Amino acid sequence: MQLINTILGGLSLGMVYAAFALALVLIWQSTRIVNFAQAPMAMVTTFIALTLIESGMNYWVAFVAALVAGFVLGALVERLIIRYVDHDNHINPVILTLGLFIVLHAVAAVIFGSNFQSFPAPFGLTGFSVGDTTFNLTPTSVFTILIVIAVMALLRLLFLKTDLGLTMRAAAFNQEVARILGVRVNRTLTLGWALASVVGSLSGLLIAAGGLVHPSYMDGVVVYGFVAAVLGGLDSPAGAVVGGLLMGVTLSLVSGYLGSGLVPLAALIVLVVVLLVRPGGLFSTSTERTV
Amino acid sequence: MSALLSSPILRRTLLALVLFVVSVFAIDLLSGFRQGQVASIAYLAIAAGGLTVLTGINGQLSLGHGAFMAVGAYTTALLLGRWENMPLLLLLLISIVVTMAVGAAVGVAAARLHGPYIAGATLALAIAVPALAIHFKDTLGGEPGLRVPTRDVPPLADDALFFLTGTDTGTMQWLATVSVACLIVTFLLLRNLSESRVGRRWRAVRDDPVAAQLAGIDLGRSRVLCFVVSTATAGLAGSLMAMITRIAAPSGFNLVLSLTLLMAVVLGGLGTLTGALIGAVLLSLLPTFVTNFGSGMGLSDLQAAELAPLVLGLTTMAVVLLAPAGLVGSLLRWRQQARLSRS
Amino acid sequence: MLELDGVTSRYGPVTALQDVDLVAEAGRITAVLGANGAGKTTLLRTISGLHRADAGTIRFDGRDITRLSTDQMTRAGMAHVPEGRGVITELTVKENLRLGALGRSTHRDAVSIDDVVDLFPILGDRSNALAHTLSGGERQMLVIGRALLATPKMLLLDEPSLGLAPRIVSQIFGVIRQLVHEQGLTVLLVEQNARSALSIADVGVVLGLGKVVAQDDAAILAADENLRHAYLGY
Ligand SMILES: Nc1ncnc2c1ncn2[C@@H]1O[C@H](COP(=O)(O)OP(=O)(O)OP(=O)(O)O)[C@@H](O)[C@H]1O
Ligand SMILES: [Mg+2]
Repeated sequence: MQLINTILGGLSLGMVYAAFALALVLIWQSTRIVNFAQAPMAMVTTFIALTLIESGMNYWVAFVAALVAGFVLGALVERLIIRYVDHDNHINPVILTLGLFIVLHAVAAVIFGSNFQSFPAPFGLTGFSVGDTTFNLTPTSVFTILIVIAVMALLRLLFLKTDLGLTMRAAAFNQEVARILGVRVNRTLTLGWALASVVGSLSGLLIAAGGLVHPSYMDGVVVYGFVAAVLGGLDSPAGAVVGGLLMGVTLSLVSGYLGSGLVPLAALIVLVVVLLVRPGGLFSTSTERTV
Repeated sequence: MSALLSSPILRRTLLALVLFVVSVFAIDLLSGFRQGQVASIAYLAIAAGGLTVLTGINGQLSLGHGAFMAVGAYTTALLLGRWENMPLLLLLLISIVVTMAVGAAVGVAAARLHGPYIAGATLALAIAVPALAIHFKDTLGGEPGLRVPTRDVPPLADDALFFLTGTDTGTMQWLATVSVACLIVTFLLLRNLSESRVGRRWRAVRDDPVAAQLAGIDLGRSRVLCFVVSTATAGLAGSLMAMITRIAAPSGFNLVLSLTLLMAVVLGGLGTLTGALIGAVLLSLLPTFVTNFGSGMGLSDLQAAELAPLVLGLTTMAVVLLAPAGLVGSLLRWRQQARLSRS
Repeated sequence: MLELDGVTSRYGPVTALQDVDLVAEAGRITAVLGANGAGKTTLLRTISGLHRADAGTIRFDGRDITRLSTDQMTRAGMAHVPEGRGVITELTVKENLRLGALGRSTHRDAVSIDDVVDLFPILGDRSNALAHTLSGGERQMLVIGRALLATPKMLLLDEPSLGLAPRIVSQIFGVIRQLVHEQGLTVLLVEQNARSALSIADVGVVLGLGKVVAQDDAAILAADENLRHAYLGY
């Protein structure tokens, strides 16, 4: 029974990691940057939602407002900062997103305060029960699972079925050829960051639901989301989703049976083992460079 | 004499000695508060120096050097908790060796990773180590951490310093002197190492791994070695930090510490030890300065405390965007260009 | 149609094009010839805005386009078929073609994907295959077909014959000539193979170390022994 409940908990957590990993993958594919600042960006938009809710606004209005804020924030970050980084050296982009990480943390702490604040849940937080056994599946976690699936389906539709999605993929795969074909590459990159930031913000809102928020409440998620994305190969949206679910369940098992303090270590071990055994991620068919 | 000075290693050793004697006097003149600042600049600079070698010279990124400092700090705290009178040198040495062992394990994995993967793995490390300290409450003290007992100044050192300065040595003065000595020795070693054959290999691995491999350099071994050397400095820095702050607690080794170290390295300019030192100075003086400024502007204490990371982060971003060679690197390059255009 | 006036392009210290004056007239094929490293690719990249000219002006259709971005150029009716890897290998053949149609300029009757498939039937058969599974010749047909879908006024072709069997080259050249004659397309054709390029071109331009060394009717250039020996190597 405990096993089933741990796995159920892991599934909804895994959905959140999957969304976060997907956000990282979207950005990685188009700009070859791992956006470590994705976590504080999501934190900031969650705080925006919290502020709106506390000022008496309807939960769902605040929810949508946070996603819109995520869109704007992502676009601004790309347009004002990322666009100007020198890509020749792979260290610069990492440092830049880490600098942004620190800045957003500090800004949030100044504006929203650095103590823990509780964030409301959209639906109930008690598990469904059959007879006298209660399952660790709450209305809120059902909502989490459904909305992440819906968002993924929408993104899939966007990328595979629309012209806009096609141009975004073209720009991600080959900027120069995309330009030659008339794609306004700069615009699609901005849009890509904006969309990724919406997905990241969604995961921030979902993690926060019924829990506590704090300027660094997403810091672990960036690590787990990154590991999930790497499990999937960092280049594969579908892989990110599977990786997220695997991470959710694995970490939930570690936390349930061994203790929550070991979760980050478990994530590190999973990451290193996967990278050493399959450097291109679990689902890669080609082998990556060896030096 | 002139033959002696023509060997760069001897020249540097001599310079280091002179520097040390000068700093003994200088530290003696400072107030206790300033001595504390000097001590913390010294341990930050030690860690930043090691990270500079790793990132700037060998091209490996570590977002987790704070975790290695934690290993050094906890080792020191545990040792002192058990044997309060352990000789200082032995204490530092054991802390360094333990950190190096952990560093070797991580380094073996890191050497086979590249680009964003190594960044992610070391980021995970930065989060994992403090979490472990919380998890193993009984040995590592959990959230509040381990207290590090204050140690008396060893009589022999007290006498020696009295002989030099003519004053009694306070605890903070002693720690500052030790830290500065460690800093000087560390930089001396790192400098000589980076100009040796080993250092040239590290650079070769950074600049062109394929060519380096063709030239017969074992990439993996070279990367692991550099990683271990770099973690040794982090262990030393952590050990000093534990003694100076008198505590080893998870909150002291959060992600922000790791990122801050990296920023010191970037601010200074990847690859120069002077840059690392300047970065460390900025890093330890900036918070007090900015926080005072913030309070002066009417911010609450909590808000003012956040101004320092804010300024730090903004400065780092500006440096990456506007002067990718770092502050010191850009200045050096600028001077070089000026010289070139003059000649 | 296209006029270059004193165009200079550099890569850092390397000057790849120096003071190039060149005219490509509407409805004609202009061949650009020259040895390896003469600056042919750079010329096309500078025209289409992938590389910024360091000096000089470029006019297209009566309009100064020196500072336009590549995507603006495409929408203004210029289609650049780059050297070698112009295919987006991660997309399917059909998606590559769809992309071509998205960058369409609106001055001519639209070419449909079906028209392109009529020209190159293999593209229809492999429509849903990922482009990286195509052979070199198939890729070349794909990039040319894709460029045509944008209904350009002008086509910049960088070594379309590279690595292709003679039969395919003549098929592709045949298609180009047909488009020029029937629809008034203007073509700037970069070729390593001077003989076959001059055989379909109206005008030839010879580049040597980044400078224009000759510019004349294709037939006259083809007959100039000295030039052939010095710059064209046959
Ligand atoms: N990205 C670049 N960076 C530096 N130099 C370059 C670059 N691209 C081209 N060059 C130099 O510019 C000159 C012209 O190159 P370009 O590619 O235009 O020649 P090309 O005529 O197309 O040659 P080929 O027939 O081999 O394709 C060459 O000397 C080349 O080395
Ligand atoms: Mg060429």
